[in-house]
Amino acid sequence: MATEAADTGDGAAGGRQRLVLAGELTIDRAAGLERELAGVPPGPLAIDLSGVTRIDTVGAWLVHRLLRDRSGSGVEGAPADARRLLAEVAAADQPCALRPDLQPPWLREIGKIGTAVIGAAATMGAGLGFVGTVLLVAVRTAVSRRGIRWAAVSRQMEATGVEALGIVGLMSFLIGIVIAQQGAVQLEQFGAQVFTVNLIGRSTFRELGILLTAIMVAGRSASAFAAQIGTMKLNEELDAMRTIGLDPVEVLVVPRVIALTVIMPLLGFYASILAVIGGGLLCWTLLDIPPATYVQRIREVVPMSDFWIGMAKAPFFGAVIAMTGCFQGMQVTGTAESVGSRTTIAVVQSIFLVIVLDAFFAVFFTAIGFV
Amino acid sequence: MGAPVISVRGLVNRFGAQTVHDGLDLDVLPGEILGVVGGSGSGKSVLMRSIIGLQRPAAGRIEVFGVDVTAPGCRLLELSRRWGVLFQAGALFSGLTVAENVQVPMREHLELPGELMDEIAAYKIAMVGLPGEAGAKYPAELSGGMRKRAALARALAMDPGLLFLDEPTAGLDPVGAAAFDQLILTLRDSMGLTVFLITHDLDTLMTICDRVAVIAEKRVLAVGTIDALTRLDHPWVQDYFLGPRGRAAAGARAALAGAKGG
Repeated sequence: MATEAADTGDGAAGGRQRLVLAGELTIDRAAGLERELAGVPPGPLAIDLSGVTRIDTVGAWLVHRLLRDRSGSGVEGAPADARRLLAEVAAADQPCALRPDLQPPWLREIGKIGTAVIGAAATMGAGLGFVGTVLLVAVRTAVSRRGIRWAAVSRQMEATGVEALGIVGLMSFLIGIVIAQQGAVQLEQFGAQVFTVNLIGRSTFRELGILLTAIMVAGRSASAFAAQIGTMKLNEELDAMRTIGLDPVEVLVVPRVIALTVIMPLLGFYASILAVIGGGLLCWTLLDIPPATYVQRIREVVPMSDFWIGMAKAPFFGAVIAMTGCFQGMQVTGTAESVGSRTTIAVVQSIFLVIVLDAFFAVFFTAIGFV
Repeated sequence: MGAPVISVRGLVNRFGAQTVHDGLDLDVLPGEILGVVGGSGSGKSVLMRSIIGLQRPAAGRIEVFGVDVTAPGCRLLELSRRWGVLFQAGALFSGLTVAENVQVPMREHLELPGELMDEIAAYKIAMVGLPGEAGAKYPAELSGGMRKRAALARALAMDPGLLFLDEPTAGLDPVGAAAFDQLILTLRDSMGLTVFLITHDLDTLMTICDRVAVIAEKRVLAVGTIDALTRLDHPWVQDYFLGPRGRAAAGARAALAGAKGG
């Protein structure tokens, strides 16, 4: 019967056209059937279903639509299951919203900008509040009987510091090589290749060692913090903590902030040293500066102030990265999708904040005479 | 009753050293609602995943609509148009509205005009008992019970002949669960569905299942009506159906039947 899927035949019968449907009235044939039915001239129909071998809800819907749209139409010779399905889809024919309200594009764009501005302002306010909460809880915890959770702090230091040694070291080593190589090529034009050492020493200790480490840590740890805390929040673990009388900020956030604050200067120092080693290796092979001379030159040209400026910035970077990650983790709501978007936001915001802070420090240290 | 819709023979499933199924046989007959019960970890969901081709069994033969789904050349995608699956948590696509979720299978498999697809989505949404405004909502905006109904609407999108339900009433309140049971029963009758139903809900088992398969000891221990199973002399089955909760559910059913009869 499949081949004569849906024969439509017209014939006048008592003011109503006769429409004969036969074969299979199923979803697979719905597209062709709908086209044919659209070609039936207007007016009431007498629909003959006696030749239908199989019918599903889509077939029944197409018949129901004809009956609904052409008043005075009726069905003849319908098998029992066709009658049942027709009644079923007729009962289900209710108004239904299918799409969220669509606004004109220009209005939607303006709306988006407004939402983004309000969102940014709200995030800023909530973020400042979060920083305050963390500091308050940290101080309160430090003086309380329970004290800071040092076991958690050391575990976080291992995860964010010790486990990052490989990738941070490799990155810094390569950056050192790149600075040395680029510096040597450019300075050669002035016959000032010797100053490559100054370039390496000063840029790594003062800026790049710390900054690039902070960006790497933001990518590794801010995302990890946001995902960990966000997943715990979805899993209602944070609520469970509160009911047991634990403060999630004290248990989860404070140890992470302390760990990153402590570990950032150490990681930054390690990164600077590896960058200097990488640069030295290139000076040795490309510029024939032997290691002993290189180290001696570094000690001569890099003032201690460069080192201290770098080390002074690092704890702030660490704290900002940790707080951003934890804050975004706390903002997770609803679905698993939210964990993903919050993790992305955590990385972008912490890198952005680190660079803003770095610019602030650059101006600040120059203003107070640290050149 | 005709040839079985699903026929499983000698199914073996292993995860590492752990054997979940060892020589499992099961038949699902056309037009019936078959309940599948078993303790946690007895492999109910694994059985379902094997039948719908998401889990490749270590050995055995599984036929659905007479097609061997374990055969290497099996056109599983084509076959999957003929069944609908309701996953435990709904598994609605979170980036799409309910109406779009329902339309996904149609959009992929058929070339229907957009207007007709909208109408189909609308009546499917109404059929599973969702209010009209639910169609435009995203899954995150729905309650648990509504999400289950929306997922059922998607499972029914292609008018399948076979429906797989993985714990459809888990997490629903008793009123919602009873309504869902009735919905499945109505849909089975109106659309002529065959239903493979995994559940822990004794009320569901007693109310809507024609037969119940008990999975224990890595195989199907017994298949039959509830009355037949309760007469079975096996400690696990006795505990399951004649434990305090089983008796309560059976008592409630008897009371309900009595009230209706009187």
